[in-house]
Amino acid sequence: MSPAPLRLVVDDERAVRPRPGASVPVVESEAQLRSLLRGLAGVDAVGAEARAAKLATRSLKRETKRAAIDLALSMVDLTTLEGADTPGRVASLCAKARRPDPEEPDTPAVAAVCVYPDLVATARAHLAGSDVRVASVATAFPSGRASRAVKLLDVADAVAAGADEVDMVIDRGAFLSGRLGEVFDEVVAVREACGPAHLKVILEVGELVTYDNVRRASWLAMLAGADFIKTSTGKVAVNATLPTTLVMLEAARDFAESTGRLVGVKAAGGIRTTKEALRYLVVVNETAGSAWLDPALFRFGASSLVNDLLLQRRKQRSGAYARPDRISVD
Amino acid sequence: MEERPASTLSALEYDPAPESAAVARLRERYGLFIGGAFVEAADGATFETLNPATEEPLARVAQAGEADVAVAVAAARRAYDKVWGKTTGAQRSKYLFRIARLIQERSRELAVLESLDNGKPIRESRDLDVPLAAAYFFYYAGWADKLEHAGFGPDPRPLGVAGQIIPWNFPLLMAAWKLAPALAAGNTCVLKPAETTPLSALVLAEILQQAELPDGVVNVVTGDGSTGAALVASPVDKIAFTGSTEVGKVIQRRLAGRTTRLTLELGGKGANIVFDDAPIDEVVEGIVDGIFFNQGHVCCAGSRLLVQESAAEEVLHRLRRRVDQLRVGDPLDKNTDVGAINSAAQLEKIRELTAWGEREGATRYTSPCALPERGYWFAPTVFTDVAQTHRIAREEVFGPVLSVLTFRTPEEAVAKANNTTYGLACGVWSEKGSRTLWVAERLRAGVVWANTYNRFDPASPFGGVRESGFGREGGRHGLEAYLDV
Repeated sequence: MSPAPLRLVVDDERAVRPRPGASVPVVESEAQLRSLLRGLAGVDAVGAEARAAKLATRSLKRETKRAAIDLALSMVDLTTLEGADTPGRVASLCAKARRPDPEEPDTPAVAAVCVYPDLVATARAHLAGSDVRVASVATAFPSGRASRAVKLLDVADAVAAGADEVDMVIDRGAFLSGRLGEVFDEVVAVREACGPAHLKVILEVGELVTYDNVRRASWLAMLAGADFIKTSTGKVAVNATLPTTLVMLEAARDFAESTGRLVGVKAAGGIRTTKEALRYLVVVNETAGSAWLDPALFRFGASSLVNDLLLQRRKQRSGAYARPDRISVD
Repeated sequence: MEERPASTLSALEYDPAPESAAVARLRERYGLFIGGAFVEAADGATFETLNPATEEPLARVAQAGEADVAVAVAAARRAYDKVWGKTTGAQRSKYLFRIARLIQERSRELAVLESLDNGKPIRESRDLDVPLAAAYFFYYAGWADKLEHAGFGPDPRPLGVAGQIIPWNFPLLMAAWKLAPALAAGNTCVLKPAETTPLSALVLAEILQQAELPDGVVNVVTGDGSTGAALVASPVDKIAFTGSTEVGKVIQRRLAGRTTRLTLELGGKGANIVFDDAPIDEVVEGIVDGIFFNQGHVCCAGSRLLVQESAAEEVLHRLRRRVDQLRVGDPLDKNTDVGAINSAAQLEKIRELTAWGEREGATRYTSPCALPERGYWFAPTVFTDVAQTHRIAREEVFGPVLSVLTFRTPEEAVAKANNTTYGLACGVWSEKGSRTLWVAERLRAGVVWANTYNRFDPASPFGGVRESGFGREGGRHGLEAYLDV
């Protein structure tokens, strides 16, 4: 007997679309979650890195480059997460977020300002009347080493102060020791505590180390209700990389196809130049597809990136590089 | 996030990012390279080489006749007897290192020239062909003074004059594969590039001049099949041929009864075997690299996809999505994934075989990409419902055409993969190492890639079994083809 004949289904739309009967599965037990995550196809590290490197050779020119720079700007979560943060610094960052380049009034505003919970109210006040959102890290960011109760209070505090978005960290220790149910339950609990606020789940890929772990953690977070999956805190040695983001985008694409729910991806930490940012957009474009080329579904967590985007934006318009002092330092 | 304004662009439709054709420094005429100088053919004959992406002529090139080939072989013989045969390994090594560095220095020029003459995307000529060509010279430069440690006896001797006939799919790279080990081993060479792609070998000849390689050590005779036939008929000590199985057989017949050594690197019908536990996203990339790399003009192309039935639907769904994304068009555009078919004749052959695919009942899926009006183009195509009896499963298409078959067990995969007259390359995709090794052991092919495809490295030997030829190129094994052992 020969194998059943197979055909490629011809479909004119490139868009990722849910398969018939798609819905988010209800995770009822740790065993079920474990078998689901273990059932995901593995990632071949050499192949994934080669794919990312190949996409990095795409060359964006002219109109594409101009549009991509503006898109990248509109995707930035302008971030300050330092012990030395003050209301003054946050106020100045908010002004920058609203009008990144006052001399070029058509410059798009960034997506959000990202701060610690105690500065959410300050940011909220300074962003009033704008479309820029307030994001807050929470859950004992960046290590996540606190009791569930403390983490939930941290979240509630940020949301009460007016955060539109909450960036939580997963318990990497629990994930790495196989206590997947614990990680899942925590994301579910934080999701609940967020109320109307959007939840970004930080996987801290630098501590998960393998791409297989990144893929499984991505699915775990999405199944638990994440609105976004985010690479890293920016506080460890290895943060966002192109291949890691590729693997997360593949997960978001596959999750959308099998469940019908679109989850965003945020690359955070270490992305400093326009060149790098455009490479990420190419990877988004050719992995998850054009639907993700939107601040609602892709973000950069960065601070210094904005100034390079502004310099390159001016270069695209005038043909010459502006002196760096024409751009505000923060 | 309903309140946010719509994004500024719906998809990144990349604007053209063309490399400048002027970088190739094209000349109107190119001569033969004989005895260290560029000369016209004795009878003044020339032929035209075209840009397959536009059908515009690029240059006129000298057509070497029997007389020219005789002069070239005599020059190589003289250089072998008087100069090159007497050099030390360290001296030969010095020249090879120089050549490698000069290829790197002129890499942009070579890449653009290669894309113009061949039709391959600049991304591939820039990132693969040219860097690899330099890498082969670097690699064999290292062997030149260590031949006695290569495992072929205490003092292995060169063969003498090598006639080398190379194909049009990787013109510069194949020249490097042939010249580097031959020169390292102490032979002199007469190189015959393919009729449709003679230019990069002639620029390589300029590089040899720049490197001050002694006159006559390498000679380049351009022309059609008759030039190759004249070279095979001439008194050389070795013929190395890369090309079609058909021509390989003719050469083998002509050399019967002569002492001339022969190595052949011929066609293939590589099987890319995908098990259901394979890393699926990388599998899709591997399938694409296996068959759409260099427009499928690759002798070791993974032109038969053997996918486990339980994974077939998923793999094909993802493959189709990926095939739709391939950017076909101007080879000089840095964002092009698939370039032009090298010649009208090759395009005709691909069309004929794909028509047979439909006639024999396979289901055709062709990427909806737009093709340029001028030039030789063929959109990436995947055939499903292919049976082992179909011509597209048995014959080498040498184009961007994939035949998909399914299997149920590892035994069946091996039986189907081996059910071909060829035996050049296969791929095995699985996360289970023991299964990969079990399958690899049983595949009758010179090269088996695991969880990758179409990867080349100068340290790794390459070559086929059965109708894919004999002899190895690359690695320590590649030296054997040019040593009297």
